Amino acid sequence: MTDMTTPKAERAATIRRPDLSAARINRRYGAEKRFRAYGLLAIGAAIAMLAILLFSIVSKGYSAFVQTYVQLEVTLTEAEIDPDRTGDPEVIRNANWRKITFESLRAEFPDVKSRSETRQLFGMISGNAPIAVRDYVLDNPDAIGTTASIWVKVSDDIDTFNKGFIDRNLEEDDRRVKDNEIVWFDTLDGQGRVEAKFNTTLFTSGDSREPEQAGVLGAVVGSLLTLIITLVLSFPIGVMAAVYLEEFAPKNRLTDLIEVNINNLAAVPSIVFGLLGLAVFLNFFGLPRSAPVVGGMVLALMTLPTIIIASRAALKAVPPSIREAALGLGASRLQAVTHHVLPLAMPGMLTGTIIGMAQALGETAPLLMIGMVAFIVDIPSGFTDPATVLPVQIFLWADAPQRAFVERTSAAIMVLLTFLVCMNLLAVLLRKRFERRW
Amino acid sequence: MVENAIVDSDKNASTNRGPKMISENTNVFYGDKQALFDINLEIGQNEVTALIGPSGCGKSTFLRCLNRMNDVIDICRVTGKITLDGDDIYDPALDVVQLRARVGMVFQKPNPFPKSVYDNIAYGPRIHGVGNTKAELDEIVQSSLERASLWNEVKDRLDEPGTGLSGGQQQRLCIARAIAVNPEVILMDEPCSALDPIATAKIEELIDELRMNFTIVIVTHSMQQAARVSQRTAFFHLGELVEVGDTAEIFTNPKDDRTQGYITGRFG
Ligand SMILES: Nc1ncnc2c1ncn2[C@@H]1O[C@H](COP(=O)(O)OP(=O)(O)OP(=O)(O)O)[C@@H](O)[C@H]1O
Ligand SMILES: [Mg+2]
Repeated sequence: MTDMTTPKAERAATIRRPDLSAARINRRYGAEKRFRAYGLLAIGAAIAMLAILLFSIVSKGYSAFVQTYVQLEVTLTEAEIDPDRTGDPEVIRNANWRKITFESLRAEFPDVKSRSETRQLFGMISGNAPIAVRDYVLDNPDAIGTTASIWVKVSDDIDTFNKGFIDRNLEEDDRRVKDNEIVWFDTLDGQGRVEAKFNTTLFTSGDSREPEQAGVLGAVVGSLLTLIITLVLSFPIGVMAAVYLEEFAPKNRLTDLIEVNINNLAAVPSIVFGLLGLAVFLNFFGLPRSAPVVGGMVLALMTLPTIIIASRAALKAVPPSIREAALGLGASRLQAVTHHVLPLAMPGMLTGTIIGMAQALGETAPLLMIGMVAFIVDIPSGFTDPATVLPVQIFLWADAPQRAFVERTSAAIMVLLTFLVCMNLLAVLLRKRFERRW
Repeated sequence: MVENAIVDSDKNASTNRGPKMISENTNVFYGDKQALFDINLEIGQNEVTALIGPSGCGKSTFLRCLNRMNDVIDICRVTGKITLDGDDIYDPALDVVQLRARVGMVFQKPNPFPKSVYDNIAYGPRIHGVGNTKAELDEIVQSSLERASLWNEVKDRLDEPGTGLSGGQQQRLCIARAIAVNPEVILMDEPCSALDPIATAKIEELIDELRMNFTIVIVTHSMQQAARVSQRTAFFHLGELVEVGDTAEIFTNPKDDRTQGYITGRFG
């Protein structure tokens, strides 16, 4: 003990207490404050950009949610509609509704005589107006023989004009709505017969060449069907692969090779998966073109690496002591994994899956290759019906020449974002459920 | 068991019962590094064997060999022979899941499942098909917690997560979890390292009680504890088994200088 004294005393003499001088402390806090400021700046910049993006989309797209209607006084003479008084809907359906509708419009403006002017006048209402009138009569057969006031859509140009996107002070040659059309419109407007109503068509129909008839429902259903296939394929396969690689596979060259390749696959451009789908699913297996089932399979291929990588990371994050505890009690490896490791890793796996699904939802390129870019009017009713998806719909509308598709493009983007938010919300709820279990 | 005792009595002089487990020339490697060198040790039936030695000498490593817990460490390699009731536990034909049901373990760091206290205890019996009714399980949970002297502290919070308990409570939870399975051998790696003297005394009482039906191997850094609870003591140093013998003998009359030095606190 005594021989230890000297070095101990020496050590005591050279003891260095922490430097608590004000300058040093201030420097430390200064650094901390600066770091906080940088962080806030970064978050502020991110929020600002997001706000600009959202503002530009909403300000361009909000007008797509309303549609201008005009009230027509339609004379529903029995002789025109149902001369034999059969009351048969088939007969009513086959009446000359175009003539009936256009006559009622012409009656409003008796001055219009020339052919070209008449055509201009008829062009002011939507090509769908006769069908709207027909449907009204089919619903109200008693109206036959009377004069009914029916609201019909105006054409896309007049709609755009009513929303203020066409400047009436421009030279006539520079605008799509001509002087006489403006006069007619103002006349109707002055009588209180022009009204903007909520555009339900946007949410209840598929695509159309006529902007006022076009809706996103077809694309939404297509996206939903495609994503269901993607999820059903990629989640179980991805999780199984991750569990096997992480928990059961021996660590050797082969598994290393597989790991490297999975990481590489995650970086492969998505169009390559589209080409693969075209070559394998369509050309080799002969699956239908433009079908959600094929789209879902292609997107599942694309999403798999993301899910596998995220799931493996989630499994790695589970402390080994949990596995040891289970194994030490005599649980088999499968029991240790399914009873303890998987529930702990599930939130991380779900996060990875939702990232993959969000990616898949926004993907266009691989779907172009398998024909999901076609112009499809019908709403798909099954996994093998021809369909398109929201991003492709946006792409198509962005390319369309009519001015009225500009606002619809932004509206479709909003629908896509809403879809995304709903998906994320679902994932958050699922995660919460799993987290509460322990 | 009585027969065993009679047959084996003259084979093993230091105890009147035959060995439950025997380690013959066990070597353990972590990668290229050898952690244990030719360990020859017999673990007597219904006895408490204490493993003592300085930190890092390989006590935990040896303990983990006894229920093949080292299998889960990729770089770990074990050679030699370890038997349980005469059967080689490293025999490829042996089912490691059954082995671990017979040789239970309390780990050095408490590792409760992130589940409720109740489920922590009930998990082992459930997977081994013991306690098929709720009442039976309740009974097992209560008695296990009582034996680990944790019942009074957690009886009102059986639904709360086991990870929310204090360090010492978690340690006792892990002990209760291990004895709920009723293995034949219980391996305990420093079970009292986070416990206060009263809880320690209770665990030591428990160990003494368990000895009637179980074989126990305990790693401890406390000489007093080794002296109090064990019948036999093995002293490890730098991966070697230096000395093994009756506890009283080791503590009063050690043969090796290193043992002498360690138990008198001169090094370690
Ligand atoms: N997983 C591992 N990987 C590599 N080396 C290890 C591993 N576990 C233990 N070792 C090494 O094996 C040797 C023995 O370790 P072990 O944990 O058995 O010591 P110990 O006697 O239990 O010590 P303590 O009393 O501190 O718990 C040490 O040198 C340690 O570094
Ligand atoms: Mg240890």
